[in-house]
Amino acid sequence: MTLTDLSQALPGLWEGMKVTLELLVMAVVGGIVVGTLLALMRLSGNKFMSAVAGFYVTYFRSIPLLMVISWFYFAVPLVIGMVTGTNRPIGAFVSCLVAFTAFEAAYYAEIIRAGIQSISRGQVNAAYALGMTYPQAMRLVILPQAFRKMTPLLLQQSIILFQDTSLVYAVGLLDFFNTSYSKGNITGEIGQYIMLAGAVYFVISFGASRMVKRLQKRFTV
Amino acid sequence: MNSDNSAMIRFNQVNKWYGRDHHVLKNISLEVKQGEVVVVCGPSGSGKSTLIRTINQLEPVNDGEIWVDGVQVNHPRTNINRLREEVGFVFQHFNLYPHLSVLQNITLAPVKVRKMSQADADQRGMELLERVGLSNKRDAYPSQLSGGQQQRVAIARGLAMQPKVMLFDEPTSALDPEMIGEVLKVMQNLAESGMTMMVVTHEMGFAREVADRVVFLDHGEILEQAAPAQFFNNPQCDRAQQFLRQVLAPMHG
Ligand SMILES: Nc1ncnc2c1ncn2[C@@H]1O[C@H](COP(=O)(O)OP(=O)(O)O)[C@@H](O)[C@H]1O
Ligand SMILES: [Mg+2]
Repeated sequence: MTLTDLSQALPGLWEGMKVTLELLVMAVVGGIVVGTLLALMRLSGNKFMSAVAGFYVTYFRSIPLLMVISWFYFAVPLVIGMVTGTNRPIGAFVSCLVAFTAFEAAYYAEIIRAGIQSISRGQVNAAYALGMTYPQAMRLVILPQAFRKMTPLLLQQSIILFQDTSLVYAVGLLDFFNTSYSKGNITGEIGQYIMLAGAVYFVISFGASRMVKRLQKRFTV
Repeated sequence: MNSDNSAMIRFNQVNKWYGRDHHVLKNISLEVKQGEVVVVCGPSGSGKSTLIRTINQLEPVNDGEIWVDGVQVNHPRTNINRLREEVGFVFQHFNLYPHLSVLQNITLAPVKVRKMSQADADQRGMELLERVGLSNKRDAYPSQLSGGQQQRVAIARGLAMQPKVMLFDEPTSALDPEMIGEVLKVMQNLAESGMTMMVVTHEMGFAREVADRVVFLDHGEILEQAAPAQFFNNPQCDRAQQFLRQVLAPMHG
């Protein structure tokens, strides 16, 4: 692999990285939203909702991510087709996004549940004593504090997700890893391109992880 | 309906159990008139916190009636959130919101619950901070304040909802001794402004000077209620005499 090769490959690799980052950011946001709902269901007094959320979390934490990705690749178009009544293909990106969101939500839910439970009863009582309803107390008092405490853990989980996005290779989505791989395939230098991709994943994950550690220290002091 | 209109708080034969056989409140009947200041005292574990928390239903009761300003708080059809807006509560451990500034702590409920405009709430919040002597701390966070300052903010937060009643559960018990005075002073001013108050405290100086009546609770029962002078100089029951010896002269109790 010469520098000329590399500079020719760069625009394509950058496109792949954009797919990876887009998928990551959207799945993190979606996963945290769904995870919060699951955590609230789990903690609600409603036995049925709590059981549903409990089953969801246990289920997705007990099956391989690769399986979820492949499965959703087939299932998501079917479901969307059934709901909308059309038969338009929706593409690997959307099905991967749904798969990651659904899968990560199970992990985020457990982090968020622990975060909510770590807020003292006194805070809840103070909110109630001023006339707040349960949703108001959650939204205005409990969740803001819980998310502050949980931020390092949520970020740590998102770094793992960043690495896991490379599994979209299985359904042919051209993310950063898959793009690197195919570039290598064309020039017959798969090994070198994979190592290059590995170095990029390492630098980003390691750097982000160090930042989270520093953040965590600030949060605990 | 409530027969006596001047009663701001009224307990009528209230009982509460924790679990099956821990009878924490036994046949409580008690009235606090508008503008009255009632101090509740008694040994640790006698049910003082439970009693005061039933008034805004932070603790439910098993039977009997509790009325606040003509509304039965433990009636199933009572909107308890609406009622709690009218009843300020000050906790032993302040429970300020750590993620909000002092002024935001005070304005949160008026804006979100009472739907007051932020500008009006800010203005009223500043007036209250003035009143508790902390207008220079409006932008500080609770963790940057001393315990005494936090408790004064907590009082301002309760007052921001313009409550009809203020309840205090051992407001100075978590404070260093040198900070107790500043909090009691704020409470005394509040009492003098005509606020109806029920105060659980062991500060017998406060009870003597500020209270209209002292209620003595032991094992979930009201054993004695009297004007402070009478309660301190001439307590009727043995348990009250013993309790007073212990709080007034702890070394010789
Ligand atoms: N949530 C609870 N569950 C069970 N028992 C409780 C609970 N809260 C308080 N108690 C018990 O009820 C009694 C009265 O408590 P409390 O009202 O806190 O007393 P005080 O404020 O006078 O110290 C104590 O024996 C206490 O252990
Ligand atoms: Mg108590």
